[in-house]
Amino acid sequence: MDDKLKNEDPELLKEFQAKIDAEVKIEPKDYMPEAYRQHLIRQISQHAHSEVIGMQPEGNWITRCPSIRAKKILMAKIQDEGGHGLYLYSAAETLGVSRDQYLKWLHEGKAKYASVFNYSALNWADIGAIGWLVDGAAIVNQVSLQRTSYGPYSRAMVKICKEESFHQRQGYEIMVHMAQGTPEQKEMAQDALNRWWYPSLMMFGPHDGDSPRSSLAMQWKIKRETNDELRQKFIDKTVPQAEFLGLTVPDENCKFNEATGHYDWTDINWDEFWASIKGYGPNNKRRMKHHQKVHAEGAWVREASIAYGKKKEKKEVA
Amino acid sequence: MKKDLYNFAIRMGDTSWILSHRLCELCSYGPFLEEDLAMTNIGLDHIGQSEEWLKYAAELSDENIDADFLAYRRKEKEYRNVQLVEFPNEDFAYVVVRQFFMDVYNYLLYSKLTNSKDTTFAAIAQKSLKEVRYHLRHSSNWMVRLGDGTSESHERLQNAVNDLWFYTGDLFVMPESEQNLAKDGIIPDLAGLESDWNKMVMEVFNEAGMQKPEYEVLASGSFDGQHTEYMGFMLCEFQYLPNMLQDAKW
Repeated sequence: MDDKLKNEDPELLKEFQAKIDAEVKIEPKDYMPEAYRQHLIRQISQHAHSEVIGMQPEGNWITRCPSIRAKKILMAKIQDEGGHGLYLYSAAETLGVSRDQYLKWLHEGKAKYASVFNYSALNWADIGAIGWLVDGAAIVNQVSLQRTSYGPYSRAMVKICKEESFHQRQGYEIMVHMAQGTPEQKEMAQDALNRWWYPSLMMFGPHDGDSPRSSLAMQWKIKRETNDELRQKFIDKTVPQAEFLGLTVPDENCKFNEATGHYDWTDINWDEFWASIKGYGPNNKRRMKHHQKVHAEGAWVREASIAYGKKKEKKEVA
Repeated sequence: MKKDLYNFAIRMGDTSWILSHRLCELCSYGPFLEEDLAMTNIGLDHIGQSEEWLKYAAELSDENIDADFLAYRRKEKEYRNVQLVEFPNEDFAYVVVRQFFMDVYNYLLYSKLTNSKDTTFAAIAQKSLKEVRYHLRHSSNWMVRLGDGTSESHERLQNAVNDLWFYTGDLFVMPESEQNLAKDGIIPDLAGLESDWNKMVMEVFNEAGMQKPEYEVLASGSFDGQHTEYMGFMLCEFQYLPNMLQDAKW
């Protein structure tokens, strides 16, 4: 038996696994092994933080959207991302940890968020590339997570997936405009693809053999497909889309392989991946500082709100 | 007449456009996530309102232009927004007070505009009024919450009121083109809105424990294209891409 399960009641554990195997969702008040709860606390909060930190690179362009329509779409999109953060924090709170605590862990560096949001959004086409590639990669992951075994997480993912597919389409639409636009616009589109391609592939995490927590997560159906399976799915889906745009993915070995039925590709620079995870990506410090600063600056507003609520309660009682 | 309609449509469209820009700057800057989303939402409503006005202004114009041209390609002096909406997001209290002053104004103005003899004006007003009611409820609630929250929030709110009060004179100015429209029953008498505006503002001030600033408010001339020092920086930012690639379509 896995070491993490040695304190669990074997009978309960057996029933728990039977439910998972029968595709019965686990709900907040049901028995769950502590390792299952801890895995979800980590994964759902990381997911929530990612949605919220992800507002920053896109927010970098919100004041410079080039048309009324583009501005409306980007604002609505970033608002959706924040909304996803809310659903996910709510789902994570069902595990017995408050949102305040989750934010505290984030600020203390104990909780992570998707490293992809540490990359810089440098030109307008990046907004297209983020929607197309980053949201595209997220969808591949999230479609799979709709069937995850924990009920609140699964239900949040169903809602989120609906909006994410709209996000991906809006991103791709920007890419189409840019790729078919003036030579400068096309150059911006290629530049964005060059910079966001590998970070998007990294979003699926380490190779299966290097993914320490994967096996229990698969057994408990928190995760339903492996990192490498999902990554290949994404590549197979996305390369033809780049070809349609007349753009080239920055990997000269990326070609369709008749024998495997998949695209071949050059492996990720894992040193870069691990550096970003460990806090040395291009904007790790900046993203976190921003979140901490805004949170600290908002403290007086939250305090005022609570104080006012208490006064009102008193008045109503009196 | 057509020029007067154009001028007023521009005044309304620009005011919403610049306010929505200030609100979009708040994205990821909210004091907590729910409020971050609320501000973006209100900003989106203002973009929508602005777009309606600017579309109509483009139709009224003799030139071959569209709403995007009006939003993105004009010179500073050609924008006719009220100066109040240019004021930056110094802190959340400034955001709330700026919004509250505008919401009361928009509520009164749009309520009257629904009876406009110009059917497009009336239709835009009808649609906007639904949104403005929500905005007003939201900002009024925050006025009271901050005014009657902690001593810090009370002080910050009063500071914002004191600073922003200066810009409220603009709201009721009636240049010649507005006077012409009022005579024809197309817009209400803006100067006549002032007493109702004061009354509604004072009701919330009283509940929030806010003092009305004592200084005399002067109109700052935004309808002649006079802006605050803040305006140019905003233009640099949102006109950046259209200026850089003039032939590009987005």
